[in-house]
Amino acid sequence: MLEIEIDGKKAQVPDGSTVMDAAQQLGVYIPHFCYHKKLSIAASCRMCLVEVEKAPKPMPACATPVTNGMKVFTHSDLAIKAQKGVMEFLLINHPLDCPICDQGGECQLQDMAVGYGPMKSRFSEEKHVVFHKSVGPLISMEEMSRCIHCTRCVRFGQEVAGIMELGMANRNMHSEIMTFVGRSVDSELSGNMIDLCPVGALTSKPFRYSARTWELQRRKSVSPHDSVGANLVVQVKHDTVMRVLPRENEAVNECWISDKERFSYQALNSDERLSKPMIKQGGEWREVAWNVALDYVAHGLKDIAREHGGDALAALAAQSATVEELFLLNKVMRGLGSGNMDFRPRQSDFSADGKRAGTPWLGLRLAEIKDLDAALVIGSFLRKDHPLIAQRLRQAARKYTKVSLLSVSGDDPMINLHRQVTVAPGQLAAALGAIVKAAAELKGAAVPAGLEAVAVDADARAIAESLVAGDKRAVFLGNVATQSAAATQLHALAQELARLTGATLGFLGEGANTVGAHAAGALPGGANARQMFEQPRQGYVLFGVEPELDCANPQLALAALKEASLVVFMSAFKHAPALEYADVMLPIAPFSETAGTFVNIEGRVQSFNGVAKARGDARPAWKVLRVLGNVLDLAGFAYDSSEAVRDEALGKDKEFVAGLDNALNGVSIALPAAIAGLQRIADVPIHFADPLARRAPALQQTADATVPSARVCEQTLGELGLIAGALVKVRQGQGEAMLTLRADNGVPPGCVRVAAAHASTASLGEMFGSIFLERA
Amino acid sequence: MAMLGSINGVLMAGLDGDNAWRLKDYVARGGYVQLRRILENKLAQEEVIGEVKKSVLRGRGGAGFPTGLKWSFMPRSFPGDKYVVCNTDEGEPGTFKDRDIMRYNPHAVIEGMAIAAYAMGANRGYNYVHGEIWELYQRFEEALDEARAAGFIGQNILGSGFNFELFAHHGYGAYICGEETALLESIEGKKGQPRFKPPFPASFGLYGKPTTINNTETFAAIPFILKMSGEEYLNLGKPNNGGTKLFSVSGHVNRPGNYEVPLGTPFATLLEMCGGMRGGRKLKAVIPGGSSAPVLPADLIMDCTLDYDSISKAGSMLGSGAVIVMDETVCMVKALERLAYFYHEESCGQCTPCREGTAWMYKVVRRIENGQGKPDDLDLLNSVLGNIAGRTVCALGDAAAFPVQSFTKHFRSEFEYHIEHKTCLVPKDVQWAGSGFHRIPA
Repeated sequence: MLEIEIDGKKAQVPDGSTVMDAAQQLGVYIPHFCYHKKLSIAASCRMCLVEVEKAPKPMPACATPVTNGMKVFTHSDLAIKAQKGVMEFLLINHPLDCPICDQGGECQLQDMAVGYGPMKSRFSEEKHVVFHKSVGPLISMEEMSRCIHCTRCVRFGQEVAGIMELGMANRNMHSEIMTFVGRSVDSELSGNMIDLCPVGALTSKPFRYSARTWELQRRKSVSPHDSVGANLVVQVKHDTVMRVLPRENEAVNECWISDKERFSYQALNSDERLSKPMIKQGGEWREVAWNVALDYVAHGLKDIAREHGGDALAALAAQSATVEELFLLNKVMRGLGSGNMDFRPRQSDFSADGKRAGTPWLGLRLAEIKDLDAALVIGSFLRKDHPLIAQRLRQAARKYTKVSLLSVSGDDPMINLHRQVTVAPGQLAAALGAIVKAAAELKGAAVPAGLEAVAVDADARAIAESLVAGDKRAVFLGNVATQSAAATQLHALAQELARLTGATLGFLGEGANTVGAHAAGALPGGANARQMFEQPRQGYVLFGVEPELDCANPQLALAALKEASLVVFMSAFKHAPALEYADVMLPIAPFSETAGTFVNIEGRVQSFNGVAKARGDARPAWKVLRVLGNVLDLAGFAYDSSEAVRDEALGKDKEFVAGLDNALNGVSIALPAAIAGLQRIADVPIHFADPLARRAPALQQTADATVPSARVCEQTLGELGLIAGALVKVRQGQGEAMLTLRADNGVPPGCVRVAAAHASTASLGEMFGSIFLERA
Repeated sequence: MAMLGSINGVLMAGLDGDNAWRLKDYVARGGYVQLRRILENKLAQEEVIGEVKKSVLRGRGGAGFPTGLKWSFMPRSFPGDKYVVCNTDEGEPGTFKDRDIMRYNPHAVIEGMAIAAYAMGANRGYNYVHGEIWELYQRFEEALDEARAAGFIGQNILGSGFNFELFAHHGYGAYICGEETALLESIEGKKGQPRFKPPFPASFGLYGKPTTINNTETFAAIPFILKMSGEEYLNLGKPNNGGTKLFSVSGHVNRPGNYEVPLGTPFATLLEMCGGMRGGRKLKAVIPGGSSAPVLPADLIMDCTLDYDSISKAGSMLGSGAVIVMDETVCMVKALERLAYFYHEESCGQCTPCREGTAWMYKVVRRIENGQGKPDDLDLLNSVLGNIAGRTVCALGDAAAFPVQSFTKHFRSEFEYHIEHKTCLVPKDVQWAGSGFHRIPA
């Protein structure tokens, strides 16, 4: 520990601290621009110059290491003169167009100019002009003359996003921030650069000129998009969501959010919002009052239950539904005598149901990722499925964590990987088996039964070696592993690997409330998400799901839905394809307009309130389900708040849910047989992954939202005798799609990568099933 | 001709004939004997460094930091890679001595670097050559090939078990890459921008490893110091200013060029060696150490001897030894405009005071030169340069401030005349006559 005195206040700080660290510990504010606690030190803005005793020159607080007994003065004449001098330099070429600048009101330069700037400029020369840049649909770089060259955006790209898309070109005052020639900023975390920019150089393109910041109310919320449960500040004007920003929570999302979380709010104000309950009568859709709609639904469900039994009913919910919604929907279904309730539409192997010891979760806290010595991620499009977990792993790998990735595509996660192994989906279990076997050999343990024939290669051994060394290691199962036809085997193998190596086993989680859904008991007592369509039912309740985009096998789902006598579609959106097979549409409030709870992948219970009034006649779904329970005369629906529902579902005042346990009992290892023929690899592109993102225009213009193509490696292309660039007919079961063929050597041989979750591929079947390619 | 003149020449002595730079000639002059002696006798590292310390060799790149002391900062016992880097990014206006060392005596640099590497336990070295002297980069590559073939660099040098791989690396002409940490960034393939110090290169240098960076002339002096002993080298100069130094004399003298003289030689002697002032004109001012050194008016410089301490006492710096001589035909405002432009142009743009301040100073000086100066411009300039100097990441901010400060201090009346009369104190035709151009343009 070192002793330091800043402005007369004494503090003890750890070795290696900078003066800025010490000042923050003491609560002394030192003005700064380029310094950011999450980024490397640039020491280039020079705003944080302070006087250090015995130093002849003022020193930058952000980069000056504390020495024992150091005395620092942040308000001495020398410090103030230095700070004012820097401020003047920053302002001489700055346009001072605050009245028309989007950053106005939340601009660090503006704030600091008030504190340190002169009233009148001594600069009588022409101001320097920097040309605007076009870098994509999310970030506006229209007024680059405002840039003060702090390079926060550049360092963010290099260090946090993992890809340097912005850089500072040229020298002297001609220095400017730009992309590589002709390129756009495509990182899934790019929006954070807008927050980092201390001035109005990088601003939000969708938000641009739509409101002044002081007109907005800041309300807390939680992201419905992925399993991290990023904390949000939702900014609202007249009950319209205008902008979404990260709410800092070091334990969850630090100070970052993904672009999907930042810009999906556009969907909340979309024309596709379902504003009134609707009933289809004689093939015609009619808007009706809520009581009419709920009566209709109650009668319809009750009639089916009476005539065909409760088993003729099924409910499928999205993983972005809240704990309260899932709990009540399940309660309604049970009340009707149906156990056919599920929230895992993309899953295809359910054989682990009933064999899990508890709720699957990350296995550790998010904040513990940085302390891992090694991690293996199995089956994941890591960067796009879990941008913030990927970010944490990236930071960890920059220090010492050995991160390995075993998956089905060669996509670069922009992590400094220890090993990357890419195999066909059918080979995932065998490849994991090889790592398990290598670990057993390393540990001198018996090779688990069923893996005798597996060949261990250098990669498997290197991964196993990384997992046996060090104190804290983890094995994570990603979305592909969960959605795989061999999900249970992968789980069992990963458990074996964890047992052998002493690593922690964890799941990355598919949705915002995967853990919450388990914890709320929304698991099937009868048919699961697959069985409910394999054996068609009479009546369905679809809650927040869009089956043609969200199901593991849309063909199967649609066939069943079209034959059903009653399909209740509960959604915030008037989803066009549903108009065909649904009979009732109930407008429910999205996350921004309802109170609710998400439980993130580390089991953290995060409740939130609505930030805006529900649009049109949309109503919070927990209220709708409560009334439906009452109309159905079911017992136990007398809730007067969402908190009451939550407390019943999860228990009172929980910070973390109980019962988190990744153990799997009674599953023996049996590697699946090899599959002949071409296999499909279906990723769920980040901006097609949920109903909100699908309807956010800005997100739909990004590089991540390009129309799916059929991607095949060059070797397989040659074997098939097909040429990249051509249109091909892609066939699965009864469905087919016309897609452009692309060469992509990241796709394993014998596989075709065709994204799910897009209208153009909705007619296809299993995400990881057999697939056929033909010349169009 | 390697040298236009010298007194007790060391580095550039005996360089006769077109092949003087070749290995054969260098060996014939006694080259690589010191390296061989050190390796064969397995001299202790401390002994080598001690000899350099005794010589009081001060960094020839401009800062004048004692070389032996700098070497002793290297964590010699640190396991893993360590680097020695030679800074031949000679970009300071007025300086052209390293160019001639590279041209006429490159093996002295190689031997010096090898000895330095031995003394500091480094196994790799780079010589970063200025982008504009491409032919000397090529010559250095050739010299490296010769040295490698003869076993003076590479693996197991002269059977001693000591390894030292040396590479040439050329820049692309940015002045800032002569700043040692920007130079390291450039070798690493990044944009040449200075790093904030601490950490210093001795602990976190090239690729994050301990690194020592010295000037070409510094390295070239090493073999000679070991040959003649540190003490003898020191005695060539004067106390605290050991040895000889190359001076690049440019400007209004009869024979501009490189001169090697002992430190402590009177400026008047050097001026005499250069054949005196061109056309017998009167000396007006001298920039004694490269363009970033403060200018000294004639009366001050004529009393100086050429060494670190004397020049420093007169208010300037010996710097890199680039002596820019200006006679009475020079308009000091125009001269400063050119210098201010240089520093503005060569600022890397990284840190605020330098990026904004150098451009501002240039714009103001240009305005004064163009007859649009305002009465308070000189105060403004002094205030702006005060906000740059000492506030920047690297020394370029100081280097930009010194000329403005010294020109406006020593020649204030000339600036005031410009501002008041919108024209120069020195008539245009006199300026042209002094410029060396024969015709006055219409």
